[in-house]
Amino acid sequence: MKIADKKTSAEKMVREALMKAKQYADYNIFTFLNEENAIKKAREIDEKIARGEEVGRLAGVPYALKDNFLSPEGQTTASAHILEGFVSPVTATAVKKLEDEGAIMIGRTNMDAFAHGSSTESSYYGPTLNAHDRERVAGGSSGGSAVAVALGIVEFATGTDTGGSIRQPASFNGVYGLKPTYGTISRYGVVAMASSTDCIGFFANTPEDINLLMEIASGQDPKDMTTLPDYYNTTKLTNKNVKIGIIKDFDNESVDPDIRKALTRKINSLKTKGHEIVELEMPTLKYALAAYYIIVPAEIASNLSRYDGVRYGFRSEKSEDLDALYKNTRSEGFMPENKRRIMIGNFVLSSGFYDAYFLKAAKVRTLIVQEYEKAFEKCDYILSPVTPSPAFKLGAKTNDPVAMYLEDAMTVPLNLAGVPGLTIPAGKTEDGIALGLQLVGPRRSDKALIAFAKELQDE
Amino acid sequence: MVAMEIAREDIAHLANLSDFTLSDKEAESLESDLKGIIGYISQLEELDTDKVEPTYQVFEMKNVWRADEISTQDATREELLATAKEEKDNQVKVPKVL
Repeated sequence: MKIADKKTSAEKMVREALMKAKQYADYNIFTFLNEENAIKKAREIDEKIARGEEVGRLAGVPYALKDNFLSPEGQTTASAHILEGFVSPVTATAVKKLEDEGAIMIGRTNMDAFAHGSSTESSYYGPTLNAHDRERVAGGSSGGSAVAVALGIVEFATGTDTGGSIRQPASFNGVYGLKPTYGTISRYGVVAMASSTDCIGFFANTPEDINLLMEIASGQDPKDMTTLPDYYNTTKLTNKNVKIGIIKDFDNESVDPDIRKALTRKINSLKTKGHEIVELEMPTLKYALAAYYIIVPAEIASNLSRYDGVRYGFRSEKSEDLDALYKNTRSEGFMPENKRRIMIGNFVLSSGFYDAYFLKAAKVRTLIVQEYEKAFEKCDYILSPVTPSPAFKLGAKTNDPVAMYLEDAMTVPLNLAGVPGLTIPAGKTEDGIALGLQLVGPRRSDKALIAFAKELQDE
Repeated sequence: MVAMEIAREDIAHLANLSDFTLSDKEAESLESDLKGIIGYISQLEELDTDKVEPTYQVFEMKNVWRADEISTQDATREELLATAKEEKDNQVKVPKVL
């Protein structure tokens, strides 16, 4: 990653990024541009450099922030109407760590409202366009962040991944995207979706950049009791004679031929580099999506009950009493997909259905965790598709929620098990549509996983 | 377990639990969407989970203790009140409760 120094000023880097952001305005990537503050911060860094003072590992590096990270710069809306006008008095731990190293947020990126979605079409601010084909979706929910990196506006962007929201848009736009082990990066100050699967991660152009960002952002945080004690920076790397697992259950007609070809190409390249390929049977994975769309809506129904128009964000004007204020604010403030998920969550948790749905899904989650444990007895990493098909056309799935959910079939199992996954770019189709694959490792293998991704880089 | 058939009164009940007021048109499309989603998630009944313990979280640690004191309060009362639409006497103001 290029950092500011005596030759290249931070101000120049920030101004260039802002200029590119404006040049690509019609892609609808940003919900806010941080022009004034970003330039001010860049000048401060340039002054430090001029004085010969030490600067951070991300000095002057412009970055894009997904709109569900809290910071006082701009509104934090999670691209939802119900949070409109909310300027946070607190700063997310991840943002603080990046900025302490000198990174400069140039803008907040568009997303599916509350990160509910797989295409960024469910944003209150409208869809973001795919970096390589303007008729196609950016993927989601972190669509704006993926496109900001893919178009070269910034060298990195933050994302959140509850069921694929980093890995899928990374794949759709041809960049790297990491979902770390659950608990690796503090979730403090990030708008909660499903607390048992939410992860903070990054988009970047190289595994080296992802590694640097992880070195900076990972670690235990007293403000998030579900952060793991620091393991990332103490991991030893052992990537010789690696065994790569291929999931046989994913190798079928429902996977797009271009993606299958890309996978075969990478497998062959790994073999020639002396790595061993192991075939895995993971028959429970096909149930992960159904379990996910029980567990996650249940957590959403609970986490999103706080949005009621009382303390922050949008408040419906015409309410006679408090009950009407709650109902009107929530009815006007949420997107249809938010409502679907909240209602499904309340359904699976309601008495009479709890055992058949929520408890059942929690048991299936155990089977999925065990299936990964067994798989990692046979191999070091798993290489698989990210999605069944590459980026689809805008509007193709907006009227069919189940079809949209099926986008997540290959990404959600990792979130249920808490294991890390990294999207690696894998070329393009003949029509120029980006392809990606995901490299999956056991819990806490993040550093080695990222290092191993270098073996998979396009020649 | 047979997949639950969801009816319009169930939608009204769930909307009420969720604090939503739905127009007829919205209720109609949610009814159809929720039928599809519940149909999909009901496939879990194919799996035998009688002897399986549930997993509610995948964080490896248990009982993360801390002292019972506030050490992580980043925002002041004034800052928090400033995010509300209406404020009176240092409190958030809302329409009548009863």
